[in-house]
Order: sequence, then structure tokens, then C-alpha cells
Amino acid sequence: MAQILDSRRKFWIRVEGSIVKWLFMACASVSILTTIGILVTLLYQGYGFFNEVSPWEFLTGTRWTPILKPRSYGVLPLVSGTLLVTVIAAMVALPVGLMTAIFLSEYAADNVRRIIKPILEILAGIPTVVYGYFALTFVTPLLQNIFNDLLVFNALSAGIVMGVMIIPMVSSLSEDAMISVPRNLREAAYALGATRYEVSLRVVVPAALSGIIAAFIIAISRAIGETMLVTIAAGATPRMALNPLEGVQTMTAYIVQLSLGEAPVGSLEYNTIFAVGLVLFCMTLLMNLLGFWIVRRFREAY
Amino acid sequence: MNEYKPVAGSVSPNRKRRKIIGTSVYFVFLISTLVGIVSLGVLIFDVLDKGIPWLNWQFLTDYPSRKPEEAGLYSALIGTIWLMFMTALLTVPIGVGAAIYLEEYAPRNFFTKVIEINVSNLAGVPSIVYGLLGMSLFVYYLGSSEQFLGRTLLAGALTLALLVLPIVIMASREAIRAVPDSYRQGAYAMGADKWQVIKGVVLPSALPGILTGTILAMSRAIGEAAPVIAISALVYMTFIPAHPMERFTVLPIQIYNWVARPQEEFRGLAAAGIIVLLAILLTMNAIAVVLRNKYQTRSEE
Repeated sequence: MAQILDSRRKFWIRVEGSIVKWLFMACASVSILTTIGILVTLLYQGYGFFNEVSPWEFLTGTRWTPILKPRSYGVLPLVSGTLLVTVIAAMVALPVGLMTAIFLSEYAADNVRRIIKPILEILAGIPTVVYGYFALTFVTPLLQNIFNDLLVFNALSAGIVMGVMIIPMVSSLSEDAMISVPRNLREAAYALGATRYEVSLRVVVPAALSGIIAAFIIAISRAIGETMLVTIAAGATPRMALNPLEGVQTMTAYIVQLSLGEAPVGSLEYNTIFAVGLVLFCMTLLMNLLGFWIVRRFREAY
Repeated sequence: MNEYKPVAGSVSPNRKRRKIIGTSVYFVFLISTLVGIVSLGVLIFDVLDKGIPWLNWQFLTDYPSRKPEEAGLYSALIGTIWLMFMTALLTVPIGVGAAIYLEEYAPRNFFTKVIEINVSNLAGVPSIVYGLLGMSLFVYYLGSSEQFLGRTLLAGALTLALLVLPIVIMASREAIRAVPDSYRQGAYAMGADKWQVIKGVVLPSALPGILTGTILAMSRAIGEAAPVIAISALVYMTFIPAHPMERFTVLPIQIYNWVARPQEEFRGLAAAGIIVLLAILLTMNAIAVVLRNKYQTRSEE
């Protein structure tokens, strides 16, 4: 009798076990469904847009006036605005982030690192709307002392602050790559009489180069997708200008601008944000894939 | 023509010069490291300087107003708390379940690899794209102009849940991976089957790590403004949501609303709002750090 009860219990334990296994698998599939959801959303609504505007006109047009007449749907001003801010951010974040990483991985004592790393983590955790506030109310007035014709909304201060924002991302990913460079490479160089900076710049950085480049790419992709900072500080004037002292509109800022007004669902105006979102998604996806690919492909196995 | 170039040619033999270069390079690295830290200091000082005069009890308990001296962020504060708990409720079971599957069950095959790559890619998708997903899927149902969930708390929480899901999955996986294999083997040796091992041994030991990861993911969620704007739009909230099917606003949106106005007073309100938001984030991070430390010392015993 006891044996029957026991085997019955075992049976139900097994049933429970296989049910939860399927449940967990379903949980893991949610991430796949999310990706599919994003693609379906962007493609479905984008299809509504490209039914009325030719993809060629969209991708090569140099005027973006979807709300004002005469309407024109060339996405290039939004793309160039995004790239302008991103390039400025990269010019700040890549050198500073890389040198921070070198300092943390090659120079700093353990206790110094233990203080600096959490501070950089805090920097990375600050909401982007706060950076937007900082760019608009602190950095722009500061820069206006230097550049007299700097407008209130401009690409320069948005780009600089965005650069500061992604420093922790560049530094922590690059540092990870440098820390995994084996000790004996460094020691061999020291044994040959190299100084610390020679070891850092001629041994460690080249050995960790693939990880560092991947860090750069992933950080730049983050900058392209950044939204609130540029919405607040860079302005809302889509233009093909390369002058960082003037305002630009990024792809993300346009999406926010249109989300704020209540564009009727299904209208061409409403669908524009999905077409722009599609371009944004493709750009960041390509860069992320490239970053992951570089990490995997060129990982040095010592 | 392959001339031999000695390595020493690229490294100057002049010791004194190399030492000077070394020292100056050290200072360049040091200054670069300080750029981030000093920026953080200036940012926080500036926010405190402009925001503290506006910070009082009434600011926390009043609704937004057109008059700056009467304005407060009560509805945004309550909205943020609502949204945070609903998002956690939606995302934690799914995230932990996915992590258990990937760490404990998943066979090394194509499907598993696809999920893994997919999770890391999702973590890199811009948050505004999640906003577009939520707007078209949860607020409306794709292109139909009829409201599905409408601009409600539930639509917002679903969107944010998808946004932070990759973070929760990655953090939970790390916590589960950190559980020593000897624990599992001990439980198997006593006759437990897989699910009993997970339920009775793996999950309890991984819990602090999972909790830490969840808190950090939630602190990311409550700082997000872009996807929430796509869901809730700018709404002038003079009531607080009573249930998940009501409209809502959150702190970052209220701050954005104030920053976007040209008057100096509203900038002060924005700074005060930022202080409140940063205080919440700091508290959450402190809790996470305390949990992590407690967990680390316990596992060393």
C-alpha cells in the first residue's frame, strides 16, 4: 500500500516537473515573441506608410516636413541630425572612456578602483531626462559664453552631454576586455624593460582591441537610440545642417514629438513614426550585431 | 628590401624622455577618469542648487498646476510607484522562468542559441522602439483606431515589462549560474528530481541575486521617459489612478514637462522633481548593494 502511494507521488512529481519545464520554455519564448512583435509592428505600420510614400523618396529625400505643407517625407535630415549628435558624443566618449578604462585596468590601485567604479555606475544609472535638463539649463548657457551664436537648442551641448552619458559604457566594456588580457603578456613586456605606459598602449590595448572596438560600436548604437536628452536639448528642427551650433531633430526626437500630439491612428502622419522607427531599429540592430560579432569573431584565445 | 627594424627603434632608448612621457600620459589618463566623476559632481550640485528651494512637503502632495508656486508632483509620484510594482509583477516571473529554462533545462541546440542572441539584442534596442511596440500593440491594436487597452497603466506596465525583461533574464541567469553545482548534486543524491532541485535548492540560493537584479532593472524602468510618453502622452493629471485601467503620468514625464517650459520657475520645479527621482533611484540602488553584500558574506561562510 505504501509502495503504491509512493509511486503515485513520484508520478505526480514527474507530471509537475514536465509542466513547469514547458512553462519555463514559454517564458523564454516571450523574448522571441517580443522581437517578432517589434518587427511586425514596424513593418505592418511602415507598410501603411510606404503605400503612400515611395521608399526611394523616403530614403533619399532631403526635406522632412510631414506635418507642414508642402508635405515632404525625406528622412535624411533626421538621419543626419542623429549622426551629428552621435559623432559629437563619440568624440567625447571614445577617447575619454578608453583612457578611463586604461587607467582603471592598468594604473589604479584596487582601492581606487573600488571607489571609481561605483561612481561611474551611478553616472550610467542616471535617467536620460536628467541629462537633458543638464544639457539645456547648464551646459548650453556655459557654452554660450564661448560660442556667441550658439542657439538655445543645439546639437553641440546635446552631443557633449550624451558623450558624458556613454563614458561609463565605453569604459566598463573596454576595461572588461583589457582585464582579460593575460598577465604574462604584460610581464614579458616589463621584463624587456618597457615602462607602464608602453605596456598599456603597445601590449594591452592592441591585445584587447577587438573588445574595445566592440565597446565603441555598442556605445555608439546606444547614442543613436537615445531619446529624451536630444528631445530636450537638441531641438525640433529637422535640417541637413552640419553646424553643431544650431538645433537639429533626431529620429528619436521626432518620434517623441509626434507621440505628444494626438495624431489620428492609421493616418499617414501617425504611420511616419513607424517608418522612422524602422530606420532607427535597423541602424541600432546592425551596429549591435556587428559589435557582438566582433567580440565573438576576434576574441583572442590565450 | 625587407629591412629589419629593431623593436627598440619604436621605443626610444632615452630613459629620461620615456619617464617624462610616462608621467604625462599618466596624468592624461587620470584627468580622463576624472571627467566622468567631475561631470557627475557638477550635475548633482547644479540640480541641488536649483531644486532645493522648491522642495517641500507641498511639492510632494500637490497636483501639477499652471502656477509654479502651487505645482507638485503627487500624481506623477503615485503613477511611478504604480508602474514600478506592476512592471515588476509582470516581468519577474517571466524573466526568472526564462533564466531557469536557459540555465537548467535548455539543451545546447539552435533554438537555445537563438534565444540567447535574441535576449542580448533586445537589450540593445532603443527604448523608444519599445514605446512604438506598446503604442501599436497594447494601446491600439496595430493599425485599428479602436482602443485596445488605451493609454492606461496596464499598457504602460506591459511595455516596460518587455523593455526590462532582457535585464531581468541576464541578472537571474547570473544568479542561478553562481549557485555551486555541489548543491544540486547533493539534492540529486537524496533522490530529488530536477524540478524539486530547482524549487528547493537552486531558487532559494539564487534569490538574493535575482532580487538585486530585479531592483536594478526596476530602477532602469522608473527612469525611462521615452516609451512611457508613447503610451501615456502628456497628460495633465489632477487625480491619481485608482486601478490599472486608468490614465497615468510618471516622474520623468512630469520633469520633461517642466523642463520644456521656458520660465525659470518651472526649471526650478524640474530640478526639484529630479531630486525626488534621484532619491528614489539611490534608495533602490542602496537596497540592491546591501542585498548583494549580505549575500556575498553569507556564501563565503
